[in-house]
Amino acid sequence: MPALNAENLACRRGGRLVFTGLGFGLEQGEALLLTGRNGSGKSSLLRLLALMTPRLRGSLTWTGIEVAEQPEAWRLALAWLGHADAIKPDLTVRESLAGAQLLRKGRLDSLDHALGRFDLTAIADRPGRYLSAGQRRRAALARVMLSGAPIWLLDEPAAGLDEPSRGALHLTLREHMKSGGLAVISTHGDIHLPSARPIDLGEFAPSADALAEDWS
Amino acid sequence: MTRFRHLVARDLLTAWRRPGDVLLVLAFFLLAASLFPLGVGPEPQILQRIGPGVLWVAALFAAMLSLDRLFAEDLVDGSLEHLVLAPLPLELAALAKCLAHWLTGGLPLTLMSPALGLLFGLDGSQIAVLAVSLLLGTPSLSLLGGLGAALTLGARRGGALMSLLVLPLAVPVLIFGVGAVEALAGGAGSSNALVLLAAFFLVALASTPWAIAAALRQAVE
Repeated sequence: MPALNAENLACRRGGRLVFTGLGFGLEQGEALLLTGRNGSGKSSLLRLLALMTPRLRGSLTWTGIEVAEQPEAWRLALAWLGHADAIKPDLTVRESLAGAQLLRKGRLDSLDHALGRFDLTAIADRPGRYLSAGQRRRAALARVMLSGAPIWLLDEPAAGLDEPSRGALHLTLREHMKSGGLAVISTHGDIHLPSARPIDLGEFAPSADALAEDWS
Repeated sequence: MTRFRHLVARDLLTAWRRPGDVLLVLAFFLLAASLFPLGVGPEPQILQRIGPGVLWVAALFAAMLSLDRLFAEDLVDGSLEHLVLAPLPLELAALAKCLAHWLTGGLPLTLMSPALGLLFGLDGSQIAVLAVSLLLGTPSLSLLGGLGAALTLGARRGGALMSLLVLPLAVPVLIFGVGAVEALAGGAGSSNALVLLAAFFLVALASTPWAIAAALRQAVE
């Protein structure tokens, strides 16, 4: 069985079935690229994997154990990058990153390395409110890199990034996979990883039969 | 426990970087309380009679003022997702946020109350009991307020809705808080009311973190 295994996942948000019958398996060092049109459920799947959105159906196992049975350990294994960057406007980049890392009880020794990777060293002591959208995104990516978590859940990580930053993102992702990490990444075609498996969420849109079924 | 401390420290640092928020609460408390002598006239007996009630109501409103920023900013900037995903129980994280709210709201109000007590002509023992009642009562206000703030996350005009939710729940705090000072004037000891305030705080401490955590999970769903 793959390290991370999802079977027959179904998700409902706001009373609407988003996808049904979705499954995948990821081995160490593999990444899953979620593609699909707006509203096809890429973000919903990521939120479902992070246990934020409740699962309507299906199983999700990590090293053979259902993640809902060990939510704390599962959350500790995750690094999350959502739509919002979670960079505090009143704290400096360094403080935001260190704060997030201390909350995970993680180590801080690679903080400068992560800042340097995303070209944030010069603005590390600037409050978040003075950063541009792209700079905030880079800071959020540095936080993911710093986390050292084995599983990365990234919602459109390349959104708003310039070309050099996109290169840094790809380098970071390749390093992560080489060291055995997993990643689930939603993308609109701006992520290119040789070892990544694409999955089109449009294929899991609920069929007419599924919509007629009683999901309560 | 270290994670709990880090969370409190981060909120305190945020408040330190934006001292206007805390000063606004204190200025509101000062202004609201000092309007009453202007409104009802400067007669010492009347002021002394209404002083404890006025100060408690002003403190209650002042505590409401700062609640909208408790979780709303975290929801907007995405930090709330990280709080929910953090490997510490969300109940503890909620408690940390409420503690930071009290340290930057209820505690400064309590420390400021003796000065306002003088304004209303309260005597020494009344001022002391008023301060103790605020010290015991304002933590409950932060917990109840945290619940209101979490429940109204994402709602339009959440601030007004939150006050409607929280103020009725805070009525016992107000009654016992004022009661503690008034019991002095009646010649009875104020310890009964103070013990009830402490008991109310313990009940709030034991119940609200779970409700706040549930509301926060709902908000990031």
